[in-house]
Amino acid sequence: MDDMIAIILSKYNYWTVITLMMIGLYAMIVKNNLIKKIIGMNIFQTSIILFYVSMGMKKDATIPILEHHPGMQEHVYHAADYINPLPHVLMLTAIVVSVATLGVALSLALKVYDQYGTLEEDEINAKIRKASVKS
Amino acid sequence: MTEHYSVLLIIMPFLSGLLISIFGWYDQKKCYAIAILCLFLSIIISISLLLAVMQNGEPVQYRIGGWAPPWGIAYHVDYLNGIVLVVISLTSFLNLAGARKVIEKEFSDRIGAFYTLYILFTTGLLGMVVTGDAFNLYVLLEITSLTGYALIGFGVNRAPLSALNYLLMGTIGASFYLLGVGYLYMGTGSLNMADIAHLLPAIYHSRTVMFAFLLILCGLFVKMALFPLHGWLPNAYSDAPSISSGLIAPLTTKVMVYVMIRMVLTVFTPAFSFSFAALNSTMVWVAVIGILSGSMLALFQTRLKRMITYVIVTEIGYMVGGFWLGTRDGMTGAILHIVNDAMMTLCLFLSITLISYKIKGDRFSDFRGIFRKMPVTMTAFVVAALSIIGVPPTCGFFSKWYLISGGIAAGHYGFIAALLFSSLVNAVLFFRVIEIGYFEPFSDHGANSGHVPEVRMDEAPVSMLMPLMITAAMLIVLGIFSGDIVTRAIQFAIPASII
Repeated sequence: MDDMIAIILSKYNYWTVITLMMIGLYAMIVKNNLIKKIIGMNIFQTSIILFYVSMGMKKDATIPILEHHPGMQEHVYHAADYINPLPHVLMLTAIVVSVATLGVALSLALKVYDQYGTLEEDEINAKIRKASVKS
Repeated sequence: MTEHYSVLLIIMPFLSGLLISIFGWYDQKKCYAIAILCLFLSIIISISLLLAVMQNGEPVQYRIGGWAPPWGIAYHVDYLNGIVLVVISLTSFLNLAGARKVIEKEFSDRIGAFYTLYILFTTGLLGMVVTGDAFNLYVLLEITSLTGYALIGFGVNRAPLSALNYLLMGTIGASFYLLGVGYLYMGTGSLNMADIAHLLPAIYHSRTVMFAFLLILCGLFVKMALFPLHGWLPNAYSDAPSISSGLIAPLTTKVMVYVMIRMVLTVFTPAFSFSFAALNSTMVWVAVIGILSGSMLALFQTRLKRMITYVIVTEIGYMVGGFWLGTRDGMTGAILHIVNDAMMTLCLFLSITLISYKIKGDRFSDFRGIFRKMPVTMTAFVVAALSIIGVPPTCGFFSKWYLISGGIAAGHYGFIAALLFSSLVNAVLFFRVIEIGYFEPFSDHGANSGHVPEVRMDEAPVSMLMPLMITAAMLIVLGIFSGDIVTRAIQFAIPASII
């Protein structure tokens, strides 16, 4: 039991990511309301962003900014003292992508609402079925 | 100048997209001219890139901002993506070339927005193909997807809902790809495809690499709509405006197949990808089930556009199955089919655009007597149909031939049987439409009098017919020269280790 807890605690970042991811997927699959589905999608994307951010982290490391004093060019740097900034920079792009996706999704949801007067998926499907029976 | 071609291929349409959106505000007439000029230039650039690769026999490399590859983003054009680049720019150009009147009729108030999205979509696809960086590919994939959702959302009726469902599925797919790239980065510390391929052999046995491989494949399978994950495709493609689906349907899925081939052959290399016999045969069987179910589902459709979307699902099965056979012929067939299927689907959707320009509705019953009304359009439609069925002078026959010989070489008779079955089903599907169009008279005139009514020819304008005729002619030309395409380009795209 203690081993189990130790395993979970030592990799807690991954467990957080997995939990968030599953919450997101669950909302996207199960929820009936389109806005809730979109929120689920956003949680899903955020979990991947967190995964990348935690990937760059190192124990006892600091932000990767090198100090330069005039006349002191000769420095010895240990890469282990600095966290890896690359995944964080990548995630700036991914955040922009996820904001854009959210924007497109919300505007489509708005169009759906204008058309059917509801955002509940079962009601929309019922209206579509009724319309197709009429035609 | 020529050394900058691979980056110009992205920058030029990207800037034109911005330019069009500016012109969209006050001078909408110029939008079309800019868009068509930009696509024409991208055809020239992509053809000259392919020719440069064929002349030198080695890939064209470009370093963005002059940064050396493992750190900077490298653009990389070789035989494999050279071909795909030409296909993308050609398809995008031909689809837009005659469509000015349709676009002005359908999106009168949003012309600028439509052309901007159209060009940005093409930019994203070209970028995905030309890039040599795994994360850059993700960004361009999302550019393509986001513009694609918007292009589909332009449609009427159910289109916004279908686009939203496509968005949810597409985001899951892209996120899985991103997660897979994350695992690759954890394993190797690199994002450059060539660099990853160089670093991976040392950790082939690691579970991280295996997991990254599976995640990336899963993500790509959602995006390319391989059978059990195809749910979003039929609705999204059939509800979109014809002109959008004429761009998206031939290209998106085919480019995703290209990305899969690139990942499997270049990044993970065949030594890793084809070392799990169980995985490979599972992939082929999934493709077989996809081909069979796609064909069966297509049989139940009563609308032309919807039927064709299921044919697309079937064709994805051809390419994925042929590729995972792991034989040289199978891979040749899969790559050749990317080219041929893009052209065939384009030809079908172009003729649908023309038909819907003259006829309301796309149920089979609306097509009575259409051969007498629109003979030229329907001739092109028949050529495309014959090519999808796989009748010899057209290109569809030759890629199917390679796929079948790949199946024989691998001894996979289930795949061969599925290919033959779906060819038969395709024959049934298309001859049903052709039969209604050719033999049945018009219903609205023929109802009160017993004799066959007089049918006036009412063909679409010549400007719209030209691109369609060129596409239909290309189906036959590609068929005749398919031997040359294989011996001069495709065979160099497949690593020598694959027999």
